[in-house]
Amino acid sequence: MSVLVYTESEEGKFKKIAFEAVSYAKGIANMLGTTVTAVSINGKHTDQLGKYGASKVLSVSSEQLDNFNALAYADVIAQAAQQEASNVVIISSSANCKYLAPLLAINLEAGYVPNVIELPSSIAPFNIKSNVFSNKAFANAEITTEKKLIGLAKNAFGIVESETSSIQENFSPVISEDNLQTKVTSVEKSTDKITIADADIVVSGGRGLKGPENWGMIEELAETLGAATACSKPVSDLGWRPHSEHVGQTGKPVSSNLYIAVGISGAIQHLAGVNSSKVKVVINSDSEAPFFKAADYGIVGDAFEYVPQLIQKLKEFKRNNA
Amino acid sequence: MKILVCISHVPDTTSKINFTDENSKFDTNGVQFVINPNDEFGLTRAMWFKEKQGATVHVVNVGGPETEPTLRKALAIGADQAIRVNAIPTDGFFVAKQLAHVVKEGAYDLVLGGRESIDYNGGMVPGMISKLTGFNFINTCISLEVDGSNAIAAREIDGGKEIISTSLPLIVGGQKGIVQESDLRIPNMRGIMQARSKPLNVMEPIDSNSEINFDNFSKPDAKGSVKLVNNVNDLVELLHNEAKVI
Repeated sequence: MSVLVYTESEEGKFKKIAFEAVSYAKGIANMLGTTVTAVSINGKHTDQLGKYGASKVLSVSSEQLDNFNALAYADVIAQAAQQEASNVVIISSSANCKYLAPLLAINLEAGYVPNVIELPSSIAPFNIKSNVFSNKAFANAEITTEKKLIGLAKNAFGIVESETSSIQENFSPVISEDNLQTKVTSVEKSTDKITIADADIVVSGGRGLKGPENWGMIEELAETLGAATACSKPVSDLGWRPHSEHVGQTGKPVSSNLYIAVGISGAIQHLAGVNSSKVKVVINSDSEAPFFKAADYGIVGDAFEYVPQLIQKLKEFKRNNA
Repeated sequence: MKILVCISHVPDTTSKINFTDENSKFDTNGVQFVINPNDEFGLTRAMWFKEKQGATVHVVNVGGPETEPTLRKALAIGADQAIRVNAIPTDGFFVAKQLAHVVKEGAYDLVLGGRESIDYNGGMVPGMISKLTGFNFINTCISLEVDGSNAIAAREIDGGKEIISTSLPLIVGGQKGIVQESDLRIPNMRGIMQARSKPLNVMEPIDSNSEINFDNFSKPDAKGSVKLVNNVNDLVELLHNEAKVI
């Protein structure tokens, strides 16, 4: 009857969202008076999940699952849920989790609510709050099925330590060849850069930067902060930056702790994709730019003047706070 | 190749989001509805398959009669036929059950949906349909080629992309990239005239339960106004001591 949580890893290393998901699972387990079981696929050092409240970790090691496969991964999680007789299953909001979630929901016959931002307000009925309308509203919904699948919004709950002694178990699910018909033939990925999905801080540039040749200072600012770089839609449409950096409604969603927008006016489609970031800073020479209405902090001024100053100041700050 | 494009009828991005009936329903007053942007990318790709590979393209929506103008727009863009499942969508599962039934009845080879709708942001319907029908499934799809019964697709992943090989029958959760923004089509007068005489069939829903009850909605507290500073020292100070993000 434990709460089951899927803990996502990449090349064996757990993602931060996995720790957040375990923290959240522990919160629900406390409400239900039960414990947390984590399931990991090819994750290493699974004992660290105990720190966030997992009493048991089911470890799957399988070469067949080296590449992510939504159908096969969903099936593994479903088998773990069955073994643990879990009625509540927690996943994150990464691209992979969102891919496998609907398959898992049908598999478990579980009602699925994605983008969840809080612990349930009640357990019976099971009422839960989530982001809808591109973070412009919240839905309070009841999951009416016996089994529940919850997709936790990134950065909504936070990582909470809750030291628990955890048992490590090997778990050997049945992996059906039928689930491996969709095959990854190659992966193109920049490994040296922080991804927008993983970053705590995102630095984003817009058309105000006038041309791709001016991105050096955006990259330097990002590097100084340990941030990912992103851009507005016109910038990716113009080919100044790769599409993978486009954030906004039709691009990637951002829910970082800090989002710094440089030379981005703040079209509503852009804001829809970034407004779940906690703190937003805008630097724009146009004081009428709509982004100033959505931002927490702002500088009205020329990016070419202020960004280099900001880089200098942050480097100084880092030296003093190192 | 027989293609079905799933069309969600959603409020335009610029719409004011308000709720009525004690915050239990979305307030459609003064709201303009459009084809869900992620679905429109898929529809546009379907047009390419129609023109280059002779595919037949149907579009489908689960909704009341008020969604028909959105389906007519898809017909004006070039779809051959539209289906409206006459039911008020209650949750993603209910919609997926209806669409899975349409998919099976229509013997489609390829089903194109969107990564998510921009209203409820559920992102679950294409995946659920795949599990209910046994079709292969690719989500966050940013390119798609079909050759006979083989398909090669690219999927956007965190920090890059994956190239995937799979086969029909296939369902895809598409997004920008499956076609570019500049490929999107605005219906012309001829298309709009033709759309009027294209078939729009109304199907009654199959029996299905819902799994989620949306009890009510709320909106975030009004945001305080922006704090403007005129030098970077103050900004770093605020980010460190007040916002505590650096």
